[in-house]
Amino acid sequence: MSKLLIEGVSRTFAGVRGGQPVQALQPIDLSVAANDFITILGPSGCGKSTLLRIVAGLEAPSTGRVLLDSKAVTRPGPDRGMVFQSYTLFPWLTVAENIGFGLRERGMAQKERDGIVASYLDLVGLRGFENHWPKQLSGGMQQRTAIARALANDPEILLLDEPFGALDNQTRGLMQELLLGIWERRKKTVLFVTHDIEEAIFMASRVIVMSARPGRIKSDVAVDLPHPRHYTLKTSPEFSAIKAQLTEDIRVEAMRTVQTQSA
Amino acid sequence: MPRPLHPVSPGTRTVLGVSFFVLFVAFWAWITLGGHVNHIFLADPLSMLKDGWRLLVEDRFWLDILITIWRVFGGFVLASIVAVPIGIAMGAWKPVEAFLEPFVSFARYLPASAFIPLLILWAGIGELEKLLVIFVGSVFQIILIVAVKVGSTRRDLVEAAYTLGATDNGIVKRVIMPANAPEIAETLRLVLGWAWTYVIVAELIGSSSGIGYMIINSQSRLATGQIIFGIIVIGLIGLLSDFAFKALNRWLFPWSLA
Repeated sequence: MSKLLIEGVSRTFAGVRGGQPVQALQPIDLSVAANDFITILGPSGCGKSTLLRIVAGLEAPSTGRVLLDSKAVTRPGPDRGMVFQSYTLFPWLTVAENIGFGLRERGMAQKERDGIVASYLDLVGLRGFENHWPKQLSGGMQQRTAIARALANDPEILLLDEPFGALDNQTRGLMQELLLGIWERRKKTVLFVTHDIEEAIFMASRVIVMSARPGRIKSDVAVDLPHPRHYTLKTSPEFSAIKAQLTEDIRVEAMRTVQTQSA
Repeated sequence: MPRPLHPVSPGTRTVLGVSFFVLFVAFWAWITLGGHVNHIFLADPLSMLKDGWRLLVEDRFWLDILITIWRVFGGFVLASIVAVPIGIAMGAWKPVEAFLEPFVSFARYLPASAFIPLLILWAGIGELEKLLVIFVGSVFQIILIVAVKVGSTRRDLVEAAYTLGATDNGIVKRVIMPANAPEIAETLRLVLGWAWTYVIVAELIGSSSGIGYMIINSQSRLATGQIIFGIIVIGLIGLLSDFAFKALNRWLFPWSLA
């Protein structure tokens, strides 16, 4: 049985000022197995973030439904942890308080929280920064905190919306290894949205390629590269083969996006 | 000429800031002591200081100062207690905003000073009337600014909190309120400055104490030195309370400056 089931989910935005309604997503069906790491790859504006937001419950689908453990998603909840592209740490809370936010909302006692928070601080390598304000952290450290904050809630599924999109290339590579390392050790169902082909392959057990707007699933590629994965994998022939195939897929879609925008 | 937006060093900033005061007082001294204006209409800086000293020592002017300060803070605290929760409610819940916003927008243009005759009829010329003038002058402004700030709370923070399991109630208490607390405090600091102008107007009419009363009293005796001293005292207290408020905000919200 699948962990997450997306059934005929589409999204149409109402037209602006009497204009034509815009379809962002064509009906999408997707089944995600437990502990799978799925990356959703697509050109910008293809609706991949919209799809993720619908799974999170932050937006309602125009048609179809999302089932998590056979329960329909109607609103956001702690069973679907999310990491955003923008830095969304609460600036008035310290790193430790940010990580413990979800636990506190659940009503967990301070003592119990402290232990869990400490373990997640270690997990993302931020021990020693627990009393820093988010403003005092680099972008990479902020996103590590955001990952720890989402994981500390022990969600059924982790949703990531281009979490490393604003980071420089070197930091981004390190963050990929960190997140993948956590997943390899802890196992979690993950939905990871990105427009970076290398990132999509490196992280995933399965890459979903989306078409240009209105988005639909164009291809569904299993990545059977062995774990644990090391960054050198990115230069291996097997990796390059998948990359070549996906680059071709994405290129066609990106071209279509550019053409529709200039038309 | 310095380049646009180019910062100045702290030392230069202090020197420039102080030098305007010096120029200002020098110009004042020149036109008064130099005999360019009649001393009946404008006292010179020295007699202003003399008059001020006499006021403080002989006429117990410091009691008036204390009374004025109490009125400002009393009315201001009253207005804040009422306005901040209403402003937060308006910003957070759109039906509340739709219900109150048109009226508050209208009411904030009602000049507090025009209410003085009415407030005297209702509350007499005692302390309550003075507090009410400041209350009327501040409350609608605070409501509206707080509502706007709260309404523009970062949506991504609210969404992040929802995905962490926050309830609607938790969103208001543990996201919307702390996220906007520094801006609300900043708003209060701003409105406190305006409250200083309302209190003087309130004391000019139907009053028997306070800085404004001393000023109107001095007018009938052509004591321009006292009037100017009173105005400067108001300015100084305003400046001090502003500094105190700023320091308090910095201490309360270290995260917003880190």
